[in-house]
Amino acid sequence: MARLVAVAAGGPAGLAAYGVIVTEPRYLRSLVSTVVLAAVVTALTLVIATIAGVFLQRNRFPGRSVLVAMLTFPLAFPGVVVGFMVIMLAGRQGLIGDLTRLVTGERLVFAYSMAGLLTGYLYFSIPRVILTVMAAAEKLDPRLEEAARSLGASSWQVVRDVIVPGLRPAFLSAGAICFATAMGAFGTAFTLATEIEVLPMTIYTEFTLRANIVVAAALSIILGGITWLALALARTAAGSSVAASA
Amino acid sequence: MARRGRGFWAQLAFTVLVAAFLIVPVAMSITAGITANFFQGVKSGLTTRWIAEVWRLYRDTIFLSMTIALATLVVDLAIGVPAAYVLARWRGWLPRLVEEALVLPIAIPGLATALALILAYGTWREFRTSWVFILVGHVLFTLPFMVRAVLAVLSSIDLPTLEEGARSLGASFRQRFFGVVLPNVRAGILAGALMVVTLSIGEFNMTWMLHTPLTKTLPVGLADSYASMRLEIGSAYTVMFFFMIIPLLIGIQLAARPRKPATLRDEAA
Amino acid sequence: MSVAIKLVSCAKTFADGTRAVGPLDLEIPPGETIVFLGPSGCGKTTTLRLIAGLESPNPGGRVLFDEADVTEISIERRNVGMVFQSYALFPNMTVGGNVEYGLRVRKLPAAARAARVEEMLGMMKIGELRHRRVDQLSGGQKQRVALARALAPQPRVLLLDEPLTALDAKLRDALRVEIDALLRRLRMTAVYVTHDQAEAMALGDRIVVMSQGQVAQVGRPRDIYFAPQSRFVAEFVGTMNRLHGVVRNGHLEVMGGRVPWRGRGGGEVEVLFRPERAAIVEAGAGQVKGRVATSFFLGDRTRLLVEGVSSGTLVVETTDRRDWEPGQDVHLVIDPDALLTLDR
Repeated sequence: MARLVAVAAGGPAGLAAYGVIVTEPRYLRSLVSTVVLAAVVTALTLVIATIAGVFLQRNRFPGRSVLVAMLTFPLAFPGVVVGFMVIMLAGRQGLIGDLTRLVTGERLVFAYSMAGLLTGYLYFSIPRVILTVMAAAEKLDPRLEEAARSLGASSWQVVRDVIVPGLRPAFLSAGAICFATAMGAFGTAFTLATEIEVLPMTIYTEFTLRANIVVAAALSIILGGITWLALALARTAAGSSVAASA
Repeated sequence: MARRGRGFWAQLAFTVLVAAFLIVPVAMSITAGITANFFQGVKSGLTTRWIAEVWRLYRDTIFLSMTIALATLVVDLAIGVPAAYVLARWRGWLPRLVEEALVLPIAIPGLATALALILAYGTWREFRTSWVFILVGHVLFTLPFMVRAVLAVLSSIDLPTLEEGARSLGASFRQRFFGVVLPNVRAGILAGALMVVTLSIGEFNMTWMLHTPLTKTLPVGLADSYASMRLEIGSAYTVMFFFMIIPLLIGIQLAARPRKPATLRDEAA
Repeated sequence: MSVAIKLVSCAKTFADGTRAVGPLDLEIPPGETIVFLGPSGCGKTTTLRLIAGLESPNPGGRVLFDEADVTEISIERRNVGMVFQSYALFPNMTVGGNVEYGLRVRKLPAAARAARVEEMLGMMKIGELRHRRVDQLSGGQKQRVALARALAPQPRVLLLDEPLTALDAKLRDALRVEIDALLRRLRMTAVYVTHDQAEAMALGDRIVVMSQGQVAQVGRPRDIYFAPQSRFVAEFVGTMNRLHGVVRNGHLEVMGGRVPWRGRGGGEVEVLFRPERAAIVEAGAGQVKGRVATSFFLGDRTRLLVEGVSSGTLVVETTDRRDWEPGQDVHLVIDPDALLTLDR
């Protein structure tokens, strides 16, 4: 697989293609906005999934398993379906539009903007990360919390000093995978494609519409490089196999 | 014991909100798929017309997706299980390097793999236009998941000792592999298999680049219907997709459920 | 500093309906080391957790520290020191950080914290480990850190939940001696949970033997050992032999002979005695005769399993250097005062 990508890079213009990416503002802008978007999605997902995941792991109440099932159902949705879900929520006939029209008289439609893309990325990231967080929270030693409490720690201090450090490896691995998936997500962007320039869309456009194969290949390699770097960094920081919990 | 204070209810509300965010659009698309006119709402009447329409237009994509998913599974089983065994059994720099390469399907976007495949084999016409071309892409994408699922179980069962035990009882390599190794990694193989089928059925990023008008898979068809059909048809099609993956998801959940420990020894633990 | 602990009709039923403890009443005077001893599942850990405040008793049960009712006070404000079997050291902190933690959450000034950490590490003889990560420690070192951490905030009570169970035998003995010395010196009320009767004997001022959520007997170690009040206590603490026979003419007649009978009653009885109360004697001098079934050479002594005296097998120990063979005859004298008659 790696060899094939290398073949792709060895095109006629070779290394010059990389120069184009840095100098051509359109490519650079696409690259930067993709990285920023992926980073924001990762941060938001971690916060949301941690609150929900730890809560679900800690508490037993009627309806809990239904909630877990609901939260993990979208796990297997391809990007296109996720895009369609965003259209259902925030598209021209979407629920949010209906609700905002009732309240303000204006239809709020953001499915086809960066906000829509962010929504879509959150949509497919949350289930994965919740599963990882729940698995990690289950493995936390309850004695550690009891020890902290016996030493006088308040519940907030227990969260800060025991739970969050205990979940750190899960945060790193789930975060890295979340970031990598968001960087390379194509289906969602494709379905919502109107005003959005993210890297996978740029690659697709260059390849199919402009037949600019060399730039497409170079962009792919940069994309792969960034995601690989994110995974490798998280792996080093966690000191164990990130991939194992993908 | 959990004291259900304000914190509990706040967190519950938050979790319910997140679940609603994920499930409301699913419910909406199911409704849309069986509503005569979604713009007018459910009062326009329920109908199976859109489902029938989807079946007429897109049933080939469903069959092709199933074919590719099963073919991918067969190839992954044939290559992935022995590969995982080799990785688990032999130490050295080469197996470690291969393990490192197993993160690749996450690191390398499907789009890039597709590009590479097209650049490498795109001129080979018969191959390019056959569904086997997509199969190759799917195997490249899913194989590491199978290997990792099996490897995870293999590395948790102290394989060398099991095999030494079998050898001390006089089992040959063949007998050991089929009689000891495989039964003990059944859970990993099952988890991997369900994962592979689910991933293959839902794969879009790569397949969109690899497909031809005659080799459209389900997600490709979905994208097509979202772009060019009315909302109700897209919804009905999505509903059919949901019904295809629900059994797989339930299977994954059951396979992942840890077996209960045999004894309840630890008092009050 | 140390407090008296009082449990008043404390019972604990878990959410799934299992009754783990009691209701039980218990008073622990200040400065006493009390050991909860019992097989796993007997409720000893749950009782400890009730004292700690990790569990709350069923309605009606009360936990008192001195005369103050602490039932409603959660563990973080109860000021108890806890030591766990699994150590429960915070892996994200150094040894020093662990010991300092209780002081840090109490917002003590940095200088006071540093001094106290120093003192605690010195007391546990682990001063040089201060900057180590906890995953670099041996089991014994970990338990020392756990003790130092529990003691650093000057708790009112020290609670130890099987603290030595995870250690190997030699280390367990060494640390047991140290914990004993520490508790004597600190004169702190301590509650110690274990399933190991040797540990309980060595450490406890008093022992609470528990069975199925109830107190089977409370008493000083020697009372528990020499005067068990029930068959369960007798057989759980130490080794017990059973003699089955008929009392007739001032003797207990068993399969292998007869032993003088000083008890009351008559007819068919079953009595218990400890192995060390039987002595091996020459052929003519014995009261009862049996046959060696198996012998275990233990170095300082030999343990014999003897059959033919009563319906079961008896355990007898001897310090002689003879090489006992299975099938060999063995003659015993049993101290008549050692025979215990206990209800089933």
